[in-house]
Parts: sequence; C-alpha cells; structure tokens
Amino acid sequence: MTRRQRQRLIRGGLYAAFVLAVVVVAAVADGERIAQFFFDVDIARQMFPDVLIVAARNTLLYTALAFSFGLAFGLVLALMRLSRVGPYRWFATVYIEVFRGLPALLTIFLVGFGIPLAFRVEWHVLTRITLGLGLVAAAYMAETLRAGIEGVPTGQMEAARSLGMSHGQAMASVVLPQGLRLVIPPMTNELVLLIKDTSLLFVLGTTPITKELTKFGRDLLSQTASPTPLIVVGLVYLLITVPMTQLVAVLERRNRRSR
Amino acid sequence: MGAIETGNPGDQYAIDVRGLRKRFGTLEVLRGIDFRVARGEVVCVIGPSGSGKSTLLRCINRLEVPTSGQILVGGVDVADADADIDHVRTRIGMVFQAFNLFPHLSVLDNLTLAQRRVLKRTRPDAVEVARQTLERVGLADKISAYPAHLSGGQQQRVAIARALAMHPDMMLFDEPTSALDPELVGEVLAVMRGLASDGMTMMVVTHEIGFARDVADRVVFLDEGVVVEDGAPSQVLDTPQHERTRRFLQRVR
Repeated sequence: MTRRQRQRLIRGGLYAAFVLAVVVVAAVADGERIAQFFFDVDIARQMFPDVLIVAARNTLLYTALAFSFGLAFGLVLALMRLSRVGPYRWFATVYIEVFRGLPALLTIFLVGFGIPLAFRVEWHVLTRITLGLGLVAAAYMAETLRAGIEGVPTGQMEAARSLGMSHGQAMASVVLPQGLRLVIPPMTNELVLLIKDTSLLFVLGTTPITKELTKFGRDLLSQTASPTPLIVVGLVYLLITVPMTQLVAVLERRNRRSR
Repeated sequence: MGAIETGNPGDQYAIDVRGLRKRFGTLEVLRGIDFRVARGEVVCVIGPSGSGKSTLLRCINRLEVPTSGQILVGGVDVADADADIDHVRTRIGMVFQAFNLFPHLSVLDNLTLAQRRVLKRTRPDAVEVARQTLERVGLADKISAYPAHLSGGQQQRVAIARALAMHPDMMLFDEPTSALDPELVGEVLAVMRGLASDGMTMMVVTHEIGFARDVADRVVFLDEGVVVEDGAPSQVLDTPQHERTRRFLQRVR
C-alpha cells in the first residue's frame, strides 16, 4: 500500500465511524418522546410574546446596567493600577484579586442581602442587580482595560506630552481611544459572559415582571412539566450571544489585517 | 509669537545646558554635559550608539528627568521640578525616530489636537494653521488621510508639521531618518533644510554626516556621555582634534 492509499483509507475510516455513530444515536433515540417533551409546539407558542418582551428584555436590561457600571468602575480600577500613587495601586490590585477569586453567586448574595441587612438600606432591585453583577465585572474588565492601555506604545504618550498636553489630556485623547479599540474583542467576550451570568440573579427574588430568561424558563418548566421552555429560552440566549461572538471574530480578523 | 517669559530677556541662547548628568540605575549615560544652542542656530549631534545623544535631546524637553545639572530653555530651567514643563514643551517641537503620529486620528486631527487642547485655538484657526504647515512640508493633499496610509517619509513630514503647528521657538529631532527606507530619507532632509534656511533653531541627533556638513552651523561629537568635540562642521568632520572622533567618522563613512 502506498502512503497516499493508506491516508485515504484512514480518512475513509473516520468518515465511516462518524456516520455509524449518527445512525446508532438515531436508532436508539426515541424521536417521538424527544419531540413531545423538548419541542412541544403548543407550550412554546404560549411562551410568546412574554419570553421576549419580559424575560429577554430583562436579561438585556440587567446586562446593560451591569456592563455600564463594570466598564466605568473597571476603567477607574485600571487607571488606579497604573497610578504612580502606591495605595491606589494596592487597592486596585487587592480589589481585582478578591472579586475575580470569589464565585459571582457569593457576591450577588453579599450585595443583595448582606449589605442591605448590615446597613439597613433599602436598595432598589435594579441597584442590587447592577452592583451584584457589576462589581465582579469591573474586576475582570479592569484587567482587560489595563492590558489595552499598556498595549499602546509609550511613544504615543511621549508625543502627546511633547506637544504640551498634560498627562490627563494625553491619556484621554491619545492613549485611551487607542487602548479601548484594542480591547473591543475581549470586552465583547466579557459582555457575553455577563449575559449568561444574569441567570444567577434569580437568587435576589423575582416578581413576574422582573424575571430574566433562565428564571422565566425554570418557572414554566415546573408549571408545564415539560423541558420545552428551557429549549426556547436557550434559543433566545443563542439569538443574542452568537451574533456577538461572530462580531468579535470579524473584528479580530479586521484588527489583524490592519496591522 | 509668545516666546517664553525669560528670567533674562537678553539671553541669546535658546538652549543652555550646564553640568548635565543623567543616570539610569548604576549606568551614568550623561557625565557632565555643557552645551549651548544659540537662537537661529542649527546644531547636529553625532556619536556612536549608546553615547547618550538621544538622552541629551530627551532631557531638554524633560522626557527624561535629569539627575543633576541645569537646562535653561529660553531662560526656564526644565531640570527644576517646579518648572511649568507643559508650557515649555509647547515652545519646543519634538520629532521622533518612530514618528509617533496618532494612528487613530486623521492628519488634520493630528495637527489640530494640541493646538486646540493646549493653545486653545478655535477650530477654524487650528485648521488654517494645519493647512499652512502641511503646505510647508509639501503634504497639503494628505490632510484627510490616516497615518497608516502614508509612506514612512510622509509620516515623518506630517510629524514635523504637527510640531510646527504649535509655532515653537525651536525644534528637536531625534534620529528623524533612522527608521526610513533609504529612498525616503531625502524628502525628510529636504523639509529640514527648508526649516533651517527659514531660521528655525534646530538641534538634530543624526547619523547623516552629509546633512550635518551641509546644514549645521555647529557639529557636536558626543561619546560615552561627554562632549568630545564641538565646532564648525568643517572643523569637527574634516579636521577632528580627537582620536575618538576620527575613529567614529571612519566607521560611519
């Protein structure tokens, strides 16, 4: 057997194994039962329009709030980490390590119940959501933003300072615009992670109008005794996240080409 | 045109360096430099790599902080931590080896950013100045281009225009042609020649011996952190007094 024949044989074997696996799964699986439980059209139809105008809307709202807070606070933390003032650097370093090291669920509990309990404050549910998710998001984003700022060549800061701009002016109009552009792909990934983390918010307690996608699906699961609602909310998640990850891929390819 | 208020208005020197030392850790790069540039003078600084010539240039607008000594720029000591360095820097144009244009901004915005933020010129004024300076470097047609779409020579000419748009009293050039392909060196040197003949005070760190000979009023040879030779181009380049200068010139020719 020549080398080429042997390669062809191996590839043919791999194809055959795949086809065989598909055939076996199709033969063993109970198609009717799967369709009945996972793709129950009547149940799926009842979920509309609420799955979109309530649940998906809430998921997006909570994501937007947490992301905005995380971006703003993360930028402050990133600048603190790069500060010449020691205590700022130490604070930012400790903060980032702590909040990246804790489970997000624990932070949500702490912010949602711990702080209101300790200080007897009545926080609006949106405040608790924003802080619960945003404090963790800020820690991750701070590291990404710092990498972006450090990725801008030092010559840029020097050129701006040589023109008489102050450190702050140079940072704001020369370094940050370039650094932020560098981190658009990783920040979009943060956004996707945040969308999925909104599913943890149910622990704060929900009312019918504050349910996000996962809670919405779970409640219908127990009402209907069918997993179809989970499939539907899963598809809605993908409808939101897949375009984003694809966008990241396009941006990364374009970034690479422009260098 | 807003020269720096000098402590001594009769001061004839644009740059007056006295006893400058600069240490990086244990390495002393500048070991007591005394050096002057008169107004309207063009001084070329030559020397082997590691001789401290770029560090000297960068100390003058405080991109490097001197370890000791005085650097009077228009009478203001930039080595003094209390000096209003941002203001002094508006009077000193700086051109880098790596151009350092702002890649996220168009040529026009590269030229108007500091005019507007620092000098508080209005947008129409800043745009008008940008047009004039681009004309001067022969790139008026590139006003809306982005740096990435320009050749290295064009980028460096835009960088010169960006510095000129601030209407500085003097220009510092840090090996302005070292990053360029050989065929692009000429256009940048031509712009610099033009500036010199317009009477601009210039300090140029360079390896272009031919340029130094033609354009400089004075050539300074720096080696191991000290000024070894300082005089007219013909004197320093053709009849150097020191063995070190002779050896260096033999190598670069």
